[in-house]
This record gives sequence, C-alpha cells and structure tokens, in this order.
Amino acid sequence: MSTFLGVPGARPSAADNPLRGDRPFPVAAREAVGNTQLRRNLGRALSTIRAKRAAVVAEVPDWEALRDTASAVKADVMARLPELLEQLERNVTARGGTVHWADDAEEANRIVAEIVTATGADEVVKVKSMATQEIGLNEYLAERGIAAVETDLAELIVQLGHDKPSHILVPAIHRGRAEIREIFLREMSDAPTDLTDEPRVLAMAARAHLRRKFLSARVAVSGANFAIADTGTLAVVESEGNGRMCLTLPDTLITVMGIEKLLPTFSDLEVFLQILPRSSTGERMNPYTSLWTGVTPGDGPQEFHLVLLDNGRTNALADELGRTALHCIRCSACLNVCPVYERAGGHAYGSVYPGPIGAVLTPQLTGMSGHGDVNSTLPYASTLCGACFDACPVKIDIPTMLVELRGRAVDADRDRTIPGGWAAAMKAASWVMSNEKRFAAAESLSKAGRVVAGKKGRISSLPFPLSGWTTSRDLPAPPTQTFRSWWKENRPDDLGVPLPTSAEDPGDPS
Amino acid sequence: MLTRIRTAVAAGASKGPIPPIPREYPTTGSLRPGSDEAVALLVDRLIDYKAEVSTVSAEGLADAVDAALGDAVSVVVPTGLHPDAKVGCERRHRAVHHDGVPAPLTAAELDAVDAVVTAATVAIAVTGTIVLDGSADQGRRAITLVPDVHVVILTVGQIVETVPEGLALLRPTAPLTLISGPSATSDIELSRVEGVHGPRTLRVLIVR
Repeated sequence: MSTFLGVPGARPSAADNPLRGDRPFPVAAREAVGNTQLRRNLGRALSTIRAKRAAVVAEVPDWEALRDTASAVKADVMARLPELLEQLERNVTARGGTVHWADDAEEANRIVAEIVTATGADEVVKVKSMATQEIGLNEYLAERGIAAVETDLAELIVQLGHDKPSHILVPAIHRGRAEIREIFLREMSDAPTDLTDEPRVLAMAARAHLRRKFLSARVAVSGANFAIADTGTLAVVESEGNGRMCLTLPDTLITVMGIEKLLPTFSDLEVFLQILPRSSTGERMNPYTSLWTGVTPGDGPQEFHLVLLDNGRTNALADELGRTALHCIRCSACLNVCPVYERAGGHAYGSVYPGPIGAVLTPQLTGMSGHGDVNSTLPYASTLCGACFDACPVKIDIPTMLVELRGRAVDADRDRTIPGGWAAAMKAASWVMSNEKRFAAAESLSKAGRVVAGKKGRISSLPFPLSGWTTSRDLPAPPTQTFRSWWKENRPDDLGVPLPTSAEDPGDPS
Repeated sequence: MLTRIRTAVAAGASKGPIPPIPREYPTTGSLRPGSDEAVALLVDRLIDYKAEVSTVSAEGLADAVDAALGDAVSVVVPTGLHPDAKVGCERRHRAVHHDGVPAPLTAAELDAVDAVVTAATVAIAVTGTIVLDGSADQGRRAITLVPDVHVVILTVGQIVETVPEGLALLRPTAPLTLISGPSATSDIELSRVEGVHGPRTLRVLIVR
C-alpha cells in the first residue's frame, strides 16, 4: 500500500479550521465525559435512534444485498471519478446550470461569496450541509457582510447558541429540550414568551421564526446528498421542508458538494434512497427528497450554481484503503452505535466530522503532521469494537482503516530525535521477545508486578513512561506462574519444537 | 483540479481487476401495481407517518376533495387538475387560485392560501412515498410547499410496491419531490415532531 500522506497546503490556523480542533482527542474527551448533562442528552438520544434504525433495517430482507451494491457502486465511482465529474458537468451545464471547481475551502468560499455579491443580496438561507461547514462558509460570508441563516432546526439551535455542531445528522444532539428553550428565549427576538420545552412547541417557534426568511430569500446555499452523473440531477434528502423552501423559493441556488458525492446513474438512487433514510433517521423514507436538474423554466430558482469541492479529498482518493472513507453518505449510523462517541460526544473530535467516520476521514482530509498535530490522535478515538463497520450502509471498514492510520501517525513521528515512551517500550520489547533467554528472564521478572499490585490484584499507577497506560486503565497483576514453567510441570515429556537460538538474534535496542 | 483528481485516482487504484457491481436485491416486489394489497400497504405506511388517507370512488371525487379541504377558505390548484377536483375546491364559496392564470402566485400570495390540491405521478407503498414531478396536474414545486394543507389525489394504478419500481417510472430531469408523510423533525432529542416548514397536514385521496 502506498503511503500518500497528503501534506496539507496553506490552511487556516487551528483556531478557525473546521477540520482541526485545538486539543488532542484524549484531553477533550476527558473533559467531555465529566459533563453529566452531555452524557445524559447523548445517551437518551442515541438509544432512541439505535432502536428506530434497528427496527426499520430489520424490515428489509435484502439489506445485506443493498449494502453490497452500495459499496460496489461507490468503489466504481472512485475508480471513474474524473470521467463521471465531467459527465455531470456536461449535463448540469446543458440544463442551464453553472459548474465551478474549487481546490480548497478558500476557493469554494470565494466562489460562493462572488455569486452572492453579484445578486446584490446580503442574506442567504441555508440548507444543512456538511460541505459548507467543512469550509467555514458562514464565517467567511459574515466577514463580507453577508448573513447566512441556517434553516435546519438543529443547525438553527447551534447557530443561535453560538455553539458548534456535534453530530453529522443532528448537530444539536448534545442539547436537551430545556437548554433549547433557554437558547430560543435568549436569542430569538420573536420567540413566544410562554414558550415551553415541549419539542412540538419549540419546533413551531422555529417555524414562525424562519417563515419570513424563506418567503423573502433571494439566494439559497445547499449541500447535496447525491449527484447523478448520467442525468446531471442533484438530490437533497431532508425532513422539515426547510430544504424544499431553500431549493424552491429563491431566485438563485448555490450547491456546494464534495466531489465524492457522485452516483453514476439515476437508477443507482434506488439503492441509496433505500439505505440512507433507514440508516440515518431510522425512517423507511425521510419526509422530503428533492431532485432537480439544472434549471426548470418557471419552476424554482432560475440561476443554479454547482461548486465541486476537493479540499483534501484527493489525499484520501490517492490511497487504495483510504479512499473508501469517501464512500460515506453521511448517514451517521456509525456515530450512533459508537461507544466512544456516545460518551465523548462530537465536540471532542474537534472536526465537523466526528465519530468513527470522522476519525478516519478528518486525518485524511487534513493530513497528519505527526506529534503535536491533534488530528494524529483521532485514529485512537476508538476501541476497535467494529460496531461502526456493521452499521455502515456502504460497508466502510472503519476499524481496519483506524489501525492503518494509527500506523501512519506513528510513522509520521519516526524522525523525532528523542523517541517517545511508546517507541522506546516497543523497541525494548522487540529486543526482549526476539530471544528465548531474555524472554524467560523477563517473565520471571514480571513476578515483581505482583508485589506492586498488592492485595487488590490490580496495578493502577506506574511511573512514567508506563503511566501512559495506567492513567486510563488498570493493569491486572501478573499470574503466579508463567506459561513456560506451567508447561514444564505439566508436560515434562513434551518439549515440542526447539525455539530458534540466539544465533538469529536480530540485534539490540540501541 | 481534474488533473489532480486523475493523479489521485491512478495512485489509489486497486491492483487487481475491479469486480462487477452485484445487484442481488429485488427490483420488483411481490405485489402487483395497483393491487388491493399494494394499496393496503401504502395506506398502512401513510397512516404510520401521520398522513390522513381516504379511499374514494371516481364519481365521488368532488365530494371527497371538498371534505378533505374542510374549513379551508382559499385553495391553490395547478391548471391541469382534474375538473371534478376543481368542482370540489369551489364548494363552500372557497377562493380558488389557478396558479399561472394569469400569473404564478408569489411566495407571499401562496403564504396567504390555506390549502393546495394536486395529483401525483407515482406512489411507493413500502415507504409511504408520493412523488410529484411538476406535470400540469401537479404544478410548480412552490404551490405544494407553502400552503399548510396538501390534498393529494392518487389513482390506484399509480401505486407500486417498491422503491426501484417507483423510481423507474420517473423522468429524471423533471423537478421531482418525494413526499413521505407531512414535514417532520427529529432534531430535539431525536423524538419525532410532525409538521415543521412544509405542509403540516397531508391528506391523501386514493381513487378506485
């Protein structure tokens, strides 16, 4: 396998990069797990969604066949991406749309800002979109005097709360109903004074608040769930109708889409429209799906721009294993089943893409610059339990990719002059374990561990560098007898195949 | 940018031959389109997602539309709507706007209208999905979005069982809207609330 690490080019500083937090995952996670409100909100919401998803997935007898097809279709898309993108561009252009190509966040933001400025509008309505979050579009537009109004309820909660999204599908999942009521009362000038914390009442307050915006909006910005190469059709899958409002009422529509969102043919939707809603919201079908191709005279926006975004995707694409992270359809099923996500929450990942898929996608988009890069800690944000792989509707093997990325995070550190505790321990272990006599001696030494463990039989604190292990886990006391001595006692006549002698000693740990 | 994508695609290409895409899932269901079983499945799924459903006879369409509109005092209809449905709209002295005659209604005008009545293109039973494609009897997308009550008229022949069967009947380049129940959100603690920005009430009339 090639190791294309994709050295990131000039990027915004850590403080304002939506793909890179300001703290390593373990530090952020430690703080998050101490937040009982967060744990309660997440635990309740995730157990609800897991049960809903399981029920509607069980209804589909050919679920595994759909996963196999979806996975193969996405692999085909990655293999034929240039020709499919060109086909998409031709079809969108032929139907009256304009296609733009953006290398990175800066270029995409500039393109969008120029289009908005040309219309004379100073406000845009937005459909929830991961791509525009990834490039920090709202902040970019705000600096240029253009207000971006989030219209998805959860995005609105995040925006009004001056907060960050913590989940791909439900960005305000970390907020409970009482907190949402507080935010609305504080930030929404037209919130009813008798607002309760009933979800229905809160949703109606958002409806009233956004209605005026929708009816007067001239420009909308959206993402896309799918783009169909052979027809030029774009798809947005949503629930509330805010998507339909944005895609239908304004004069100008700007869609920002990662280059990996393609599907080759319209009929491929028959697979993806079956797996996406069931995997994400646990519904047989989401309430609204809009499909449009370029411009339809007399119906909807009469000016349509499609911005195709790279922003690090070619880093992942250049790697045979890594590119499967680009198969992701952003359903968030992997987040919902992840024991680490459930406890740490989305903010701990520092990226707009949290959870298991974020832990493999984010470091590939940004590159990992070794020790000191917080994104080098993301591949470790997992117990490798594999629940994400089982839940993924496009069968992305996230655990294998996490292990591979851990290897690369270590590789990126190889040229450090002072080896870290981990590297030193591994070298020492390699020296000990590659020689029978040394190994036997080390085994007998391990008896000392029993003394350290004491009566409770567990070691919960060791000096540096071994403290790296014991600060977050206990170490069981070594057994009273080594396996070798047990074997000698119980199988005195069977000494088996002789082990290699020290003639093949591969060296010392200097 | 395409050059970089080409380079990346080549660098990450699989060493072996790419296996063909498996298509083992069924593309047709076991229920005949328009059959009683297909209709029953659709009704079950629509009700599950809080849509209101009635089965009506062709002769009773005007009465059924009138009943479905209930207290609404103003209605917008696409120009190609079935004449009997228009008759139903005009009952109880309702104001009936024919979108596009003389001009399309603005968003603000639509906001002042209580309800909309349209036909549909296809209905998918297993997911409770109704598809609109902008044809003359379904109208512009905006008219089925802004009013708070949407009455949809389906004929049994439009009802298929599965998603692949339904999508195969569509014109891909038409402005398509797939509707599965009234608008909803699960954004607050992932508990579902029906009725947000789109029509809060969806009434489906299935014509036998």
